[in-house]
Amino acid sequence: MSLSKIKFGVVVFPGSNCDHDAYHAAKHVMNQEAEFIWHKETDLRGSDVIILPGGFSYGDYLRTGAIARFSPVMQEVVRFANNGGTVIGICNGFQVLLEAGLLPGVMLRNRSLRFVCKFVHLKVENASTRFTSECRNGDVLKIPVAHGDGNYFAGDDVVKSLEDNNQVVFRYCETDGSITDEANPNGSLHNIAGIVNAEGNVMGMMPHPERASELELGSADGKKIFESLIHSVVLV
Amino acid sequence: MYHSKITVMLRPSILDPQGKAVEHAIHSLGVASVHNVRMGKRIEFDVDAATRQEAERITEEACKKLLANPVMEDYTFTLEERK
Repeated sequence: MSLSKIKFGVVVFPGSNCDHDAYHAAKHVMNQEAEFIWHKETDLRGSDVIILPGGFSYGDYLRTGAIARFSPVMQEVVRFANNGGTVIGICNGFQVLLEAGLLPGVMLRNRSLRFVCKFVHLKVENASTRFTSECRNGDVLKIPVAHGDGNYFAGDDVVKSLEDNNQVVFRYCETDGSITDEANPNGSLHNIAGIVNAEGNVMGMMPHPERASELELGSADGKKIFESLIHSVVLV
Repeated sequence: MYHSKITVMLRPSILDPQGKAVEHAIHSLGVASVHNVRMGKRIEFDVDAATRQEAERITEEACKKLLANPVMEDYTFTLEERK
């Protein structure tokens, strides 16, 4: 029996630059349906999963993600998310989710003040989300980051509730999974690399799984996130 | 018509690495007496409003919803009546 394909909708803002990578990973690597959705559109075209891709939407003017949040498509994405739809924000997409209020917190400038572009290691802290169901708690994934503003910050009460509710999905770690300051590429609080909302249907992560979904690219660990999404949607 | 001048600054509790870098640069000039450099944004616009109160409300709304992110930034503004 062959499973039917799920549909990934990849939102394209002016300045998105990982939209094609996300589309390629979904369509050609994972062999699923994928479609680009322009920021002026208000129809998500029956997508099962919305991807807000990386890049520099609206030139990062004002604050990263701040302007993208007001684009027509985002009103639909917010509605979709509030109805339980699956949304993943990668890098700039994570920043857009924060500005849109779909996830708590903000991204500050990296503490080094440098744009960081390299492979990092992520410890899977919560493998029971629909984004990580194909992982196990404690797995270490090798996935690259590429950002200037990835220094996750939120008030103490917010961070405490994220920790208490198991909403921290990924943390920057060493190759053996230990959480150290040296493994933290940007200064994020508690080495946070990815979080999920309380309902479990919206996740943001700074690292780029779509850039690590084929061994030719140095790692295929990012595929686990796509596989998790596909299996979770098929099961629903 | 009114003219708004808005200043957005990182909240005092938030480390400002940009300000720090500029502070180091100022010290490199040989000026050691400068401390606590903070960098922010200045935004200006004209507002069509009949009263100062209305202009204030509109500016406040723009600040709250877009120009500043309250998790990390504070804002202040001044209003000036223009003919």
